[in-house]
Amino acid sequence: MSALKIKKGTSKHSAYDLRDPHAEGLERHTLTVVVDNEAGVLARVIGLFSGRGYNIESLTVAETDHEGHLSRITVVTIGTPSVIEQIKAQLGRIVPVHEVHDLTVEGPSVERELALFKVEGEGNDRIEALRLAEIFRANVVDSTLASFVFEMTGTSEKIDAFADLMRPIGLVEMARTGVAALSRGA
Amino acid sequence: MSRQQMTGAKMIVQALKDQGVDTVFGYPGGAVLPIYDEIFLQNDIRHYLVRHEQGAVHMAEGYARSTGKPGVVLVTSGPGATNAVTGLTDALMDSIPIVVLTGQVPTFMIGNDAFQEADTVGITRPCTKHNWLVKDTNDLSGVIHQAFHVAKHGRPGPVLVDIPKDVQFANGTYTAPEDAPTKHYQPKTKGDADRIEELVELIEAAERPIFYTGGGVINSGDAATAALREFVDGTGFPITSTLMGLGAYPANGKHWLGMLGMHGLYEANLAMHGCDLMINVGARFDDRITGRLQDFSPNSKKVHIDIDPSSINKVIHVDVPIIGDVSEVLAEALALWKARGSKTNAPKLSDWWHQINDWKKVNCLAYTQAEGAKTIKPQHALVRLEELTKDHPKRYITTEVGQHQMWAAQYLGFNEPNRWMTSGGLGTMGYGFPASIGVQVAHPDALVINVAGEASWLMNMQELGTVSQYRLPVKQFILNNERLGMVRQWQELLHGERYSHSWSESLPDFVKLAEAFGMKGIMVSDPADLDDALMEMINYDGPVVFDCLVEKHENCFPMIPSGEPHNSMLLGENVDTSTAIKEGGAVLV
Repeated sequence: MSALKIKKGTSKHSAYDLRDPHAEGLERHTLTVVVDNEAGVLARVIGLFSGRGYNIESLTVAETDHEGHLSRITVVTIGTPSVIEQIKAQLGRIVPVHEVHDLTVEGPSVERELALFKVEGEGNDRIEALRLAEIFRANVVDSTLASFVFEMTGTSEKIDAFADLMRPIGLVEMARTGVAALSRGA
Repeated sequence: MSRQQMTGAKMIVQALKDQGVDTVFGYPGGAVLPIYDEIFLQNDIRHYLVRHEQGAVHMAEGYARSTGKPGVVLVTSGPGATNAVTGLTDALMDSIPIVVLTGQVPTFMIGNDAFQEADTVGITRPCTKHNWLVKDTNDLSGVIHQAFHVAKHGRPGPVLVDIPKDVQFANGTYTAPEDAPTKHYQPKTKGDADRIEELVELIEAAERPIFYTGGGVINSGDAATAALREFVDGTGFPITSTLMGLGAYPANGKHWLGMLGMHGLYEANLAMHGCDLMINVGARFDDRITGRLQDFSPNSKKVHIDIDPSSINKVIHVDVPIIGDVSEVLAEALALWKARGSKTNAPKLSDWWHQINDWKKVNCLAYTQAEGAKTIKPQHALVRLEELTKDHPKRYITTEVGQHQMWAAQYLGFNEPNRWMTSGGLGTMGYGFPASIGVQVAHPDALVINVAGEASWLMNMQELGTVSQYRLPVKQFILNNERLGMVRQWQELLHGERYSHSWSESLPDFVKLAEAFGMKGIMVSDPADLDDALMEMINYDGPVVFDCLVEKHENCFPMIPSGEPHNSMLLGENVDTSTAIKEGGAVLV
């Protein structure tokens, strides 16, 4: 028996909980991923996040360069700084991915979301809804005698705030696009 | 030539020829019949009929790993493709370049739950480096060329091209390799010059340095191996390697410490723990290597050379990351180090070697094969195999997964790269037998030995049919302990000796099994007969199944229990550590 020998059958050992998930603080980052617009490319990106246990807070995708067949994916994610670095490196490994940018660290950027809100109500509630919509610069895009649909763009926080105010008035349904983002300046 | 019209099926065969492919492992089926028709009509590409698609992929891996060229697989839709999934995942984990072509139901039937339909690109998306579904014959040859490009460049890996049957029948325009759309995928291979200079400065000053190398050196090719050897011998630094990197630096080389990691050598692991400069070349800080992360090599500066940016800082924070191809980075670093006068901190390095030599005296691989004993120790079987085959000019070893694999890595010496094929990352039982077939196909006159455990070997034993059909003289060296040895070892050490389902109740008679396929079977149980039996296997001109009955409850040591640091290693009963930990050394460990 060597001095280093542990007692048989007594120890619980696993390599799978070696990392302390709370060792670093969580950060929210907005990433822009430019990809070939080909079948399955979104599944590759989403599959990477689910397969490796990363978070997706918001995801927006559409073709932005029709001639080059390039799409732009804007993904908001939350993770520790090392996980965020891993996400960027792993995204960069996907063959149809052309560029990965971290707007959160690459200088100032603008982020916007578009949301639609269906509000039902009568009497004073309708007046209050219109008044709040004016304050938030939301547009009425559909109207019946018992409901409105408002359209609004803004930061995610502004949309959350509007939804919170509308909820007691009669917010029944809501759709939002997720974040689209660009860096500021030339 | 480059604008030629042809059917999709003909295009596939033409594209393979243009990629220099001479060997395909495959299994026909409804959705690939047009391709098999074209294969029938030509003689440049040799097709090997396997007995299961998983076997085909492992054969392609063995072929690729032993030649450095991509292995090619052709299988049908549905079950053909799903059977290939384990092999694809294995190749992804170990960065082996293979190209898998799958048939698919016709495009107009996709999504209808057609006979033998499976969402092959969906299923294989996470287990390939990239995959393609080709819906237009005009794209087909370009995609195949692109597939080879992606498989070989950057960090190598498996790729898959899914080809519907109507695309194989239709006519289209052939694209030559040089016209294929490969420009976008061009991974960076040249390392950052400032980082390389930092590495050289660290090398010049290091007191307790170590090279820690991995499969990336082998994948980078002969130039990488040559540069590594020159660097190690020039600096006089000790070198250890992962399971995947064995052979990059010769096992008979003067600076070799042996494999590191969970079942690595005492001196290699303690040197990793105590070093002040760790130069990681093409390895990835796998959990079988690092043990407990907080205690992993706590006092070292870490340099990491890797072609894959996602490997950097994934598990272990490194001080000097160098992203690039191992051969290019090492060549540049070596040239710079020489230009600056080939300096090292020689006095401190000599102290470091004294320490390492003390650790070596522990003789961590000691075991006792008692004189006159009636049972063969598995370590002894491998030591005898090594002794009787090490001078063979063309010896190739594959393994299955488990205790025998670790013993093979410990007791067999590899002096050349590409001679050692094993499933490292995924740990696929059933890998070794088909892999040995792939190696033998690539090297017909080589001595190819699959060091196996009986449990792993049974997982793909249907490939006996392939061996006998093509008269491939592979040697299946089965260390038979009638146990799932590694599972049994963990149950003994960590689960209170409760041997839950870790033994085989009904094993075949391996000699008769071999004979049933027209092969030679040898069984040996007495240590006195071992050498003669081994010589009989080695000298036999044909395939052999060698059933070597060994000690049933032997444990594989050294062992770092999962979750422990490098310096709390379990050693075998025959190992004496009294010489190892001296006052000076205790500070280091």
